[in-house]
Amino acid sequence: MKSYDIVIVGGGPAGLAAAASAKENGIDSILILERDRELGGILNQCIHNGFGLHTFKEELTGPEYAGRFIEKVEDLGIEYMLNTMVMDISTDKVVTAMNREEGLFEIQAKAIILAMGCRERPRGALNTPGYRPAGIFSAGTAQRLVNMEGYLPGREVVILGSGDIGLIMARRMTIEGAKVKLVAELMPYSGGLKRNIVQCLDDFNIPLKLSHTVVDIDGKDRVKGITLAQVDERNKPIPGTEEYIPCDTLLLSCGLIPENELSRGLGIDMEAVTNGPIVNESLETSAEGVFACGNVLHVHDLVDFVSEEAAMAGKNAVRYIKEARNEEVARIDMVPTDGVRYTVPKYIRLEKMEDTLTVRFRVGGVYKNCYISTYFDGERVMKRKRPVVAPGEMEEIKLSKAKLAEYPNLKTITVKIEEA
Amino acid sequence: MYDVIIIGGGVSGAASARELSRYKVNVCLLEKEHDVCCGTTKANSAIVHAGYDAANGSLMAKLNVRGNEMMEQLSKELDFPFKRNGSLVICRDEEDMPNLQALYERGVQNGVKDLRIISREELVEMEPNITDDAVAALYAPTGGIVCPFNLNIALAENANVNGVEFKFNTEVIDIKKVDDHFEIQTNNGVYEAKCIVNAAGVYADKLHNMVSENKIHITPRRGDYCLLDKTAGGHVSKTIFALPGKYGKGILVTPTVHGNLLIGPTAIDIEDKEGINTTAEGLQEVISKAGASVKNIPMRQVITSFAGLRAHEDGHEFIIGEVEDCEGFFDCAGIESPGLSSAPAIGEMVANILKEKMGLEEKEDFIATRKGVLDPEELSLEERKQLIKENPAYGNIICRCEMVTEGEIIDAIKRPLGATSLDGVKRRTRAGMGRCQSGFCAPRTMEILARELGVDMSEITKSGKGSEIIVGTNKDRL
Repeated sequence: MKSYDIVIVGGGPAGLAAAASAKENGIDSILILERDRELGGILNQCIHNGFGLHTFKEELTGPEYAGRFIEKVEDLGIEYMLNTMVMDISTDKVVTAMNREEGLFEIQAKAIILAMGCRERPRGALNTPGYRPAGIFSAGTAQRLVNMEGYLPGREVVILGSGDIGLIMARRMTIEGAKVKLVAELMPYSGGLKRNIVQCLDDFNIPLKLSHTVVDIDGKDRVKGITLAQVDERNKPIPGTEEYIPCDTLLLSCGLIPENELSRGLGIDMEAVTNGPIVNESLETSAEGVFACGNVLHVHDLVDFVSEEAAMAGKNAVRYIKEARNEEVARIDMVPTDGVRYTVPKYIRLEKMEDTLTVRFRVGGVYKNCYISTYFDGERVMKRKRPVVAPGEMEEIKLSKAKLAEYPNLKTITVKIEEA
Repeated sequence: MYDVIIIGGGVSGAASARELSRYKVNVCLLEKEHDVCCGTTKANSAIVHAGYDAANGSLMAKLNVRGNEMMEQLSKELDFPFKRNGSLVICRDEEDMPNLQALYERGVQNGVKDLRIISREELVEMEPNITDDAVAALYAPTGGIVCPFNLNIALAENANVNGVEFKFNTEVIDIKKVDDHFEIQTNNGVYEAKCIVNAAGVYADKLHNMVSENKIHITPRRGDYCLLDKTAGGHVSKTIFALPGKYGKGILVTPTVHGNLLIGPTAIDIEDKEGINTTAEGLQEVISKAGASVKNIPMRQVITSFAGLRAHEDGHEFIIGEVEDCEGFFDCAGIESPGLSSAPAIGEMVANILKEKMGLEEKEDFIATRKGVLDPEELSLEERKQLIKENPAYGNIICRCEMVTEGEIIDAIKRPLGATSLDGVKRRTRAGMGRCQSGFCAPRTMEILARELGVDMSEITKSGKGSEIIVGTNKDRL
């Protein structure tokens, strides 16, 4: 059996950044396993720009952003295997993978970094009634067809869900010659970035119908139309508001689900809100030496944050391999409440913490003129004024080790939204 | 001129074709869709009923019990998934116990083996997630679950290998009796046959009424279902029914033979014979009523919902046999539940009737077995390694949810009556049937279909003509 110090599952932005960071932190024996035919993951089909503003201080396209990291991985001489599917990960860190050339094979790892990304929520998960004809695509599938293969999935398009991929695809389909009739969003606010609403909808005069949903799909062979309806504050369709919209295509952009089948197979503890693994300050899961980063951990808004997080995972995997462990250390629990839906990490071991730690989270609604407040046990130690926070954008707080050390018996850190 | 033309490539037509292919007889099957298994057979509960439901002495009862008995052997011969997981009918009220007892007695009279009524204690032991108000249950160990797609496809493939011709995209428009034979007018020309088997599902009344003055009437009775992810497949181990009411068997909760959890169906009488759209009310009914028998169903794990049509004849009985006022025309009509369970017995019965009628002789070279699409997950590690060495396509995962390889998809396309559409591939291999519902694999499967069939990507369909996946290329009209 081959063995590596670190095996990274997934060669998208998270896997690439984790690999580069691990190498830079002093581990040479690294293998990336990627199921697609090239490195870069979903970025390869994200040909729009807007990536890398934080990381590179310039606007790159998805493939360009991925290219920077692929180059780095190549320059660092990190090994990778393409067209290779990981089938299973055992608790003793044996990774079983498969490809055309080598068949089924096993690799022993000292540490594993999970970087499998996420998948799109399908129509079935939305329980949208109606027929099941051709012409219903998840936005990402349509994106692949258009951007990677040059095929037009439809000519008259309705998009359900205002997630970022849906917004991006509204613009893409328009540029490629389709008529995008509208984007419908169940919630009273968009799930996507503000800049995408402006650049992808407003600039192309595509209406965004908030508090609307698709209540019926018509067409036995191919989509012929959909019925749109307004919803009430409980997201239930309001009778009498139905409107039939003729179209041949329905794109769905209704959320992303971290792809954690391998993690579940490993028996890792999962966080119900994110559908990702529960991790500590080192981004280590409940399986010792197994780390998670990127969209498999929680769905990010910007790839820059994926890269940043993944670099931490890579660095921590190196520390795990190099440092002594197994000592029992006290843990401080992170408690998300009052509008804060979750935090990554979920708990902190002070001894293992870096000088500063970025805690990322999302909020459950739109809040204006609010504070993001941090409490150490009962005491508010930080508050940051925000003009607006929304579910579509990730938020963060930074914790300093020095500050935490001032509270020797600290049990919980609470993060909440408060009125300013 | 064919000896026999079977109209309809659902499970009844395919079973009839397969059983007839044992004999020296020239058979052709006409199917209006692009593939077999496109109507009632594709969307139902996928249950092999034990047989306690149908009225004593009915053909339904007889063929159900017989079909159930035959299913296991058939699943081995034709290599399709079948599991005898047992079924439970849940009684939630002491006052209803006489109805449960009556069901038990009916089952015993129908010849269902090993039936017994079990106490709440035993029930909870069997099914920890059973509803808290369940007081007792009828337990039928012979109940089973089957893959309806592969049952139908296996029967058709085996019939085809044994000489039955299949004509797809061929819709019957009219039937005329001319002297001692039939002229069948279709959208693809006229076919002639000495005998006809009418296995047209919800359209069986239309065909019957073309040749007979004794009209029959079939109502499409729609059933909505929700299918849950495999993570929920272990929520129950047996098929859980509620005590039957006026409209069939109520909402059932069952594992599927592939390990998903299925809940449904509703029972809504409609006019449209193609009306397989789900409705908000229907799905809501499924969700709310399923909870009556089984608690804590993880509804967040729903991966798809669908609806199917039962071919409900007014008399609620299978109509199998020669039409009185039209010699040579054989009905196989009104095949609603327990039609899938009965399919092997229906095929046998149809073939026997025709054998008697036409004096058919058995073939010496009938091939009784068929191998399904090779599933590498059933191989040992070493066998699988060897398989990939011989055919690297088995090392290339296309559908990551169901772990389906390129090798399996090519097999599904290249075999007799092979897949020609995404749905065809899906029903034969499960590619696209998992939790992402083909979001990931559809473009890849399309590529394989285009390559293997030697057609352009623009010709690849979801389920036959009119359901093309892409409409053109970028900027083609700009």
